[in-house]
Amino acid sequence: MTQSSGFRGDASAILVILVGGAFLALLGISRAIDTPFAVQMWTMFAAFLLGGAALAWEVGKGPRQDHSSRYENGVVKAGVIASMFWGVAGLLVGVIIALQLSFPEIFYFPDFGWLNFGRLRPLHTSAVIFAFGGNVLIATSFYVVQRTCRARLAGGLWPWFVFWGYQLFIALAGTGYLMGITEGREYAEPPWYTDIWLTLVWVAYLLVFLGTIWKRQEKHIYVANWFYLAFIVTIAMLHIINNLAIPVTFGSSFSYSLFSGVQDALTQWWYGHNAVGFFLTAGFLAIMYYFIPKQANRPVYSYRLSIIHFWALIFLYIWAGPHHLHYTALPQWAQTLGATFSIMLWMPSWGGMINGLMTLSGAWDKLRTDPVLRMLVVSVAFYGMSTFEGPMMSIRAVNSLSHYTDWTIGHVHSGALGWVGFVSFGALYCLTPWLWRKQKLHSLALVDWHFWLATIGIVLYITSMWVAGVMQGLMWRAYNEYGFLEYSFVETVEAMHPYYIIRALGGGLYLLGALIMVYNLWRTATSKEPAHERVTDAPAAVAVPAE
Amino acid sequence: MSDKIDRDDVSGTETTGHEWDGIKELDTPLPRWWLYIFYASIVAAVIYWVLMPAWPLANGYTRGLLNWSDRRIVAAEVHALEASRAPMFNRLAQASTADLARDPELQEFARAAGESAFGDNCQTCHGAGGAGSTGYPVLADDVWLWGGSLDEIEHTIRVGIRSGHPDARISQMPAFGRDHMLTVDQIGNVTEYVISMSAARERLQADARVAALGAQIYQEQCAVCHGATGAGDRVVGAPSLLDDVWLYGGSREEIRRQIDLGRNGVMPTWERRFDDGTIRALAYYVHQMGGGEPDVVAPAPAQTAAPAPGIDQGQGSGAGADATP
Repeated sequence: MTQSSGFRGDASAILVILVGGAFLALLGISRAIDTPFAVQMWTMFAAFLLGGAALAWEVGKGPRQDHSSRYENGVVKAGVIASMFWGVAGLLVGVIIALQLSFPEIFYFPDFGWLNFGRLRPLHTSAVIFAFGGNVLIATSFYVVQRTCRARLAGGLWPWFVFWGYQLFIALAGTGYLMGITEGREYAEPPWYTDIWLTLVWVAYLLVFLGTIWKRQEKHIYVANWFYLAFIVTIAMLHIINNLAIPVTFGSSFSYSLFSGVQDALTQWWYGHNAVGFFLTAGFLAIMYYFIPKQANRPVYSYRLSIIHFWALIFLYIWAGPHHLHYTALPQWAQTLGATFSIMLWMPSWGGMINGLMTLSGAWDKLRTDPVLRMLVVSVAFYGMSTFEGPMMSIRAVNSLSHYTDWTIGHVHSGALGWVGFVSFGALYCLTPWLWRKQKLHSLALVDWHFWLATIGIVLYITSMWVAGVMQGLMWRAYNEYGFLEYSFVETVEAMHPYYIIRALGGGLYLLGALIMVYNLWRTATSKEPAHERVTDAPAAVAVPAE
Repeated sequence: MSDKIDRDDVSGTETTGHEWDGIKELDTPLPRWWLYIFYASIVAAVIYWVLMPAWPLANGYTRGLLNWSDRRIVAAEVHALEASRAPMFNRLAQASTADLARDPELQEFARAAGESAFGDNCQTCHGAGGAGSTGYPVLADDVWLWGGSLDEIEHTIRVGIRSGHPDARISQMPAFGRDHMLTVDQIGNVTEYVISMSAARERLQADARVAALGAQIYQEQCAVCHGATGAGDRVVGAPSLLDDVWLYGGSREEIRRQIDLGRNGVMPTWERRFDDGTIRALAYYVHQMGGGEPDVVAPAPAQTAAPAPGIDQGQGSGAGADATP
């Protein structure tokens, strides 16, 4: 792909996409049979117009050469800022819906239907997983792949297309949910046109990543990049297959899935579980594999373990989805496979934990003095905990108690808040001084505050959901002497009330911690201290090949 | 791969010889405990596959040595439970009111079955213990719109209210304001008149002068259903206006709104959802919540039941709907 000089292949191709997209959006507007769809098409049209203007400005300015670094840092910085923004937004929506469940009479807004739990819940899940998590993954992957390949990001303007295209996907999905546009597929609620757009963006992401690896100046590909690549490739496959659908008309957001009945259920959970496996696990393991050795300044514990657990994880995860459908219409043999593959997945998951934790051998004392490293290490501990809990819950007998209860919610959040959240925060704490060329963070004391508030928040969240979930499960299965149900459903809901309040409190503390982080990072990036250069980032006169 | 051997100073372990952005990797062997648990989990999975239904085949699937089928087990368990309850349910379905009255064992069963069915089907609207809420009648008191005997309650559960069932209980409170049948002033006057005739007259401090203005409107518009004295009429499901029990709220404004908007709630028919025994159990459970009324002609079958005399301050013929074949 052309980097600069005269004809800009990257800019031209992006322009074609933008013009084509704008044309299709206009067509959509003219065909729209309902207002929400028209609003979505106008949003797309405006975004493509803005994108075109930005592109023209960028090209008009002429080729830009950043002399301070041999790597492309702008798009990573943008990703760090976007991660902070979406992180706070997603957590805030989470706290709101937790309060709606705790105090339904206070946090119910009959005049604002778009604020109902049913609309906000997918907004929360998509905002934290895809908007926050996705931006962290894109930003860190762009950062890590350049350093570990000693190559500037491939594709000229394409990384920026990936970044802004991904933000457009988030904006379309989020505003769509609020207007009631949804496919009703767990973690895949965006409608067909948003899915198509994401596919385009994702393929561009894959090509940028592969292009960078292709031109690497290291002989071997670093383990973090295996995980990033597995994440990008598998998410593409999952996203496309799960969203195969036929739109009812070109003028509406409605579509019908290509699958029906139990096949559709299985497709959805094949997708849903592997979104956890490849988005929230493989992608964030890649972060772990770069940032923990970097921050601890220690070698990775075991190369052999990284190979074995990588391939075992990749091979086994993809089978485990059916454990979400125990005791349903799904044939029992498929449930068996889902459960047994989940059990076999336990050790491959823990391989990552061992490699993360044992990398600290020889540097454990740093946990006392470096709260960023502590955050990264505690994230790995939560990873180990939830990857033990997951296989346990996939055992059919355990699942018959835990399924549909708040235990599941607690399990998800020990992984999401503890593992994904903490490893992301750790990476952001590392990246901000590195990218903005500062010697250190604005305040380590504030990192400490963030760490403890968030940790207490997580503990409140998951313990309350354990208690609530087990109680709920036991109440649902309680029979009286005649074989009638002991409790009505609403009695079990009533029993949840105190635990829902504790959960909302935990979520609130976690949000507070994230706000402290945003303040700290903002102060770090804007501090007036003189630029602190990182030696490895300096533009190299002659690139030295690997030994 | 590399010529020189690079060792980590702290652990003394060899590295792989590569370095990426300052990161090296140690060549530590796989932890034994990790490897053995991994093998054990694989062995456990294989054993489970041999025993249980596991792998799809071109036609069907491997059934496993245990020949286990959840579907079959659940079906058998449900069947066994139904069979164990069947005698009691049959007894309940065939019992007359009098039978039920002298059979404590049957009563206990009916209460258990009724409570369970009530909890997951009725409680959402009528509240725990039949406490009711705005728009949904209290079932635990002795105020009944359509009759509070066991038979009447059972009939209401069967056919529902404005449910679409051909025999559904239907009453129709007009929307006097919304449909422009009365002016705002007239509604205000008749509201005051209704309050003045009810037990709420002290609580709401009814204005006698305004109430007098509403008296004639009441006689013209309301008395046909609610009765000249406001005692209500169970034949048409018109509530008594003499007590201080209000389906849509007992404040002056709420009473006025009901005359204005004439809301008519809906209760589903449960006849096709539940078997006879469960419906009887539900009726019994509701009846014993606190306000159940005695059946009028206890041993007689429903078809020959005579119109019942007035039970409380009602106008009489409370069992009318049930007596119609």
